Amino acid sequence: MANEQAIASITVTAGRDKAGNPEPWDLTFRTGEVVALLGPTGSGKSRLLSDIESLADGDTPSGRRLLLDGQAPTAEQRFALHGRLVAQLTQNMNFVLDMAALEFVTAHAESRGIADPAAATAAARQVIDAANALAGEPFAPHTQLTQLSGGQSRALMIADTALLSWSPVLLLDEIENAGVDKRAAMRLLLGSDKIVVIATHDPVLALSADRRMVIANGAVAAVLTRTPAEEALLTRLATQEEGLAALRHALRTGAPVRAWEAFFPTP
Amino acid sequence: MNEAAHEEATARPMRLVTVAGPPACGKTAVVAKTCAKLREAGVSTAVIKFDCLQTRDDALYQAAGVPVSVALSGGLCPDHFFASNLEEAFAWAQHTGADCCIIETAGLCNRCSPHLRGVMALCIIDNLMGIDAPEKIGPMLRLADLVLVTKGDLVSQAEREVYRHRIRQMNSRAVIRHINGLTGQGCQELAQILALAPAVATVTDMKLRFSMPAAVCSYCLSETRIGARYQKGNVRKVEFGHRQEGQHGE
Ligand SMILES: Nc1nc2c(ncn2[C@@H]2O[C@H](COP(=O)(O)OP(=O)(O)OP(=O)(O)O)[C@@H](O)[C@H]2O)c(=O)[nH]1
Ligand SMILES: [Mg+2]
Repeated sequence: MANEQAIASITVTAGRDKAGNPEPWDLTFRTGEVVALLGPTGSGKSRLLSDIESLADGDTPSGRRLLLDGQAPTAEQRFALHGRLVAQLTQNMNFVLDMAALEFVTAHAESRGIADPAAATAAARQVIDAANALAGEPFAPHTQLTQLSGGQSRALMIADTALLSWSPVLLLDEIENAGVDKRAAMRLLLGSDKIVVIATHDPVLALSADRRMVIANGAVAAVLTRTPAEEALLTRLATQEEGLAALRHALRTGAPVRAWEAFFPTP
Repeated sequence: MNEAAHEEATARPMRLVTVAGPPACGKTAVVAKTCAKLREAGVSTAVIKFDCLQTRDDALYQAAGVPVSVALSGGLCPDHFFASNLEEAFAWAQHTGADCCIIETAGLCNRCSPHLRGVMALCIIDNLMGIDAPEKIGPMLRLADLVLVTKGDLVSQAEREVYRHRIRQMNSRAVIRHINGLTGQGCQELAQILALAPAVATVTDMKLRFSMPAAVCSYCLSETRIGARYQKGNVRKVEFGHRQEGQHGE
């Protein structure tokens, strides 16, 4: 769905680290690109994200400023975006409502201004199909939200946020291993009209991002793109994940589990 | 305190904020963290907590270094109790020397609202109450200037967005913000907003934004027996089996 608040890029201007040293670069995040944020807890990931979320204007400890499409936001933009610029998906989140998945996603579509009930239901079905393409085990549209497995509800949250969320920026805090096809999730997110940032410790996610930002001491310490060696590593890692998924499936369905090589071929 | 000092304290204008919300939605968590941010900005605060039966909020505010006084309505209607003690509450807060007085109310019924004309009004609700909650909560939400939504860390983005939409349908002019009472995310911004709350010299002659529920029936006067023959005064009988319209009278 087209976003009322279409924004093609956000820029975080260089600020200073926790010791007051200047940050070396302005950082730009664009739609159609996934950026991974890396760094141990306490390194300053939250500080960067909260600068984005609060539309920092030199008024936060980092001294950074946020630009939208290269420009300082106007007063109207600030008002419209405040508290809504960033959609967040973190590990603690659960569906708490007692409603069927289709009914709820339809309500979400309606809240996005799709007034025609048939169109809202159609948009909701698209979300559920997209979620089922990510979830290891599909669920029916009438499944209660609270009955979804961890992987299914995570898949539904990702699909719903990618396709229906109002916010132009999506921040994902990790995608758990089990039950969600990570690379398919990345493709779905890339196809959305959002600027996608993933905070992760997962090597597959980190390496499949278009760029990786390493955070240390409250500032961005390095911005990296995949080298040919890393590309090869990613391919092997991805094969290994597929092997694990196949092994999981075999175990779950009682299929004969064969030798190591059947799941993890040596290249 | 001598008389001159007393008069000076009571004439001093003070910023005033009313904070209302259902039990355990995160009012104290948010207000205490925001008071800390206000203090960093050089704005001192005092908090009054109105509640029904008991509260440990005074301990929470004390631990946060905020002067606090608690008022418990006990056997009285908490809404009327709030209105009848407001002058005295305000006077106490003036005496603490605070720049900004925050009144936290809990236990008010959903039909009610403590918000005053000319005083900044906050409503706090959490994301766990189900998406029909904004409709059920009534005037404390509908008449607020600022609606803060807590516990967004526990629910999906979709639920947060639908919830926000429902709040907007109930209150078309309030500023709506997500805020986290655990991490304090959003409290810095809230502090900036509270620092702009109108300062008032007195609450005497101020008006409530919403008239309080009518009371005075036999049960107000400690009647405990059930039955029409014991009921006097302001009693309304329901026609069961007929759907009643919601009552949103002003
Ligand atoms: N996960 C989460 N928990 C929160 C949040 N805000 C508050 N809480 C928790 O909710 C519980 C109730 O918080 P309080 O601040 O005491 O709620 P209150 O509205 O002041 O409660 P009463 O004054 O008793 O009506 C506490 O355990 C808080 O830590 C939040 O944003 N996220
Ligand atoms: Mg409290």
